[in-house]
Amino acid sequence: MSWTRKDLVSIEELSREEIVHLLETAAAFKQVGTRDIKKVPALRGKTLVNFFAEPSTRTRISFELAAFRLSADVVNMAASTSSLTKGESLKDTARNLEALLADIIVLRHSCAGAARFLAERLGASVINAGDGAHEHPTQALLDVFTITEKRGSVEGLHVAIIGDILFSRVARSNIHALLKLGAKVTLVGPSTLVPRHFEKMGVCVSHRIEEVLEAADVVNLLRIQHERQQKAYFPSIGEYNALFGLTRERARRLKPDALIMHPGPINRGVEIDSGIADSGRSVILDQVTNGLAVRMAALYLCGRVGSVTG
Amino acid sequence: MKEPLLFRQGRIIDPANHRDEIADLAIVEGRIADPAALEGRPHREIDCRGLVVAPGLIDIHVHFREPGQAAKETIATGARAAAAGGFTSVVCMPNTSPTVDSASVVRWINDKAREEACVNVYITGAITRGIAGEELAPIGSMAKEGIVALTDDGHCVQNHETMRRALEYARMFDLPVMDHCQDYNLVGKGVMHEGYWSTVLGLPGWPALGEEIIVQRNAQLAELCGTPIHCQHLSSGGSVRILREARARGIPLTGEICPHHIALTDEAVRSFDTNYKMNPPLRSGRDVEELIGGIADGTITILASDHAPHGEFEKEVEFEQAPFGILGLETELGVFLDILVHRRKAISLPRLIELYTANPARLLKLERGTLSPGAVADVTVINPDLEWTVDKNESFSRSRNTPFHGRELKGRAVRTLVAGEEVWAL
Repeated sequence: MSWTRKDLVSIEELSREEIVHLLETAAAFKQVGTRDIKKVPALRGKTLVNFFAEPSTRTRISFELAAFRLSADVVNMAASTSSLTKGESLKDTARNLEALLADIIVLRHSCAGAARFLAERLGASVINAGDGAHEHPTQALLDVFTITEKRGSVEGLHVAIIGDILFSRVARSNIHALLKLGAKVTLVGPSTLVPRHFEKMGVCVSHRIEEVLEAADVVNLLRIQHERQQKAYFPSIGEYNALFGLTRERARRLKPDALIMHPGPINRGVEIDSGIADSGRSVILDQVTNGLAVRMAALYLCGRVGSVTG
Repeated sequence: MKEPLLFRQGRIIDPANHRDEIADLAIVEGRIADPAALEGRPHREIDCRGLVVAPGLIDIHVHFREPGQAAKETIATGARAAAAGGFTSVVCMPNTSPTVDSASVVRWINDKAREEACVNVYITGAITRGIAGEELAPIGSMAKEGIVALTDDGHCVQNHETMRRALEYARMFDLPVMDHCQDYNLVGKGVMHEGYWSTVLGLPGWPALGEEIIVQRNAQLAELCGTPIHCQHLSSGGSVRILREARARGIPLTGEICPHHIALTDEAVRSFDTNYKMNPPLRSGRDVEELIGGIADGTITILASDHAPHGEFEKEVEFEQAPFGILGLETELGVFLDILVHRRKAISLPRLIELYTANPARLLKLERGTLSPGAVADVTVINPDLEWTVDKNESFSRSRNTPFHGRELKGRAVRTLVAGEEVWAL
């Protein structure tokens, strides 16, 4: 297939074929990472702006390294040091970046729809690096890439996503990607953080982690944020761990070949036992490595379609 | 002396007088007159065959942004938009800057409207100082300046005790209290209807319960205090059910519905277009059905726009950060005629006109909304079958924030007269 999108703003809008094409492209780029010279000239002469209006380490560095490996020139921009703090609108900031002839803008933003907002207004490529609780497409792509790598295919697997689903962009992008690739998805977490509305998306909802342990081929644990506790979504971190944490005892009930995933950063002892996070079944660091290849693929495919009008 | 006018052979619909017939309508000296009185006198004739001649329409819920935010809308531009929508009277909300919470601001708006507005501008005063929900505003002083109702619209008095005292106090001045029904704890930072689409889009949800619980409170407070409460811009089916039950028990509770809440659903927010962001938000298809049901069975007695202008640069931002509100005056009659009368056949044309004339006039005790002989000649001529396409660039408003741009509608006002003066004609 030929890739026609200048932007990657959501998994929801991608077809199964587009997702597969991205994953295949990522696999090719992963090969590049095993060479002595890890760099290819695919985006030589292109300028990429890493525009992070919300804190991030892993995703920002992953995009930055991906751009370096594609020979693009990279500028990093954080909200705290940008004119957003002076009240400049997102639109004006972006238009200025475009006037500086940026070819690709990678946007992390606290508001849902922010990446789409930019994509609709700019000729440059816009890659969504997380927009509020909406989507985090490259995270979902690296997750399904990792599952495919370890298990051969996503089709027919049972994936449990456990934790704060309501506020998670990772969960939403994963749901779309997994369903499009033929997985069965069960969302697990406190009833306050996993509302029944999700069922209409075509997934199962459970409020008992025990219900999925023996059936799951993959458990993807999401970070639990302490601020949710303050807003009375659950009573305490301790109670969360008691009810939903992947403890050693619970991990023993998993299938022997079940994959344990986490998008990071992990709270050891909260959503996952520290030893389990470091165990052989954990593919948490593989996810990080694969993130690089997936982001190279996204930048490469979209970067060739976008056009800066200047 | 102004030239007398004779509207020839229109369908005169005057719900206040239960009148619906093809006849002539005369205007002499700015008042409705007996057509027979024009015989032998020079006058101008307007052919109204195929058209409806109605009392001037009243919109009891608009934001004209003066004082303080004239870049969004002025009293003059808002009034022109009203006239172009077929409205001869509007009721302005008090969330201006400064807020309408003193006699002097009421007087300032009155003076400005008298000089610049081409339609009648009625003023509401704040229930509480600064619309902050805490201390009572000087209700008596504002009543002397002629406010027609009290409301903290845009905000909602959260403290039930404060609301109770406000209702008891307002009764002394025979002022109805209008309420923007929103429980702050339940709604939180919600920006769209809490439901399937807010879940998919990851946007903070504004649950219908946040409205319904205040409508229920208002039912009980209106029963206790005897002061009429008008629930503004109802968006949820549950609110209609509470209102229906309260009215059946004789409680002085009324409700209004805005066009967007029956024309659109929360699914529209998929586009992240901030012209689909208003407060209360667009709700589910089921809510739309219940709202239309409430209009059809008489539970809802008033229609209004919640005309809320905002500049393009203010709206063209991230969805969560955009201000709530959309334009309404120039599209509301078309939207309601199209949906309620033509497509859904939920109500008759005379009933729709009643919801825009006799009913709001009765609630706010305005000497408007009728074509009785001797009444001030506020008249709207409507072509109920005219098919047209909304073009935001033709709007008289200072703002352009409408979700209806490009929408095809059936039914439109074609001529608007205030006190016998033509203020707009298509």
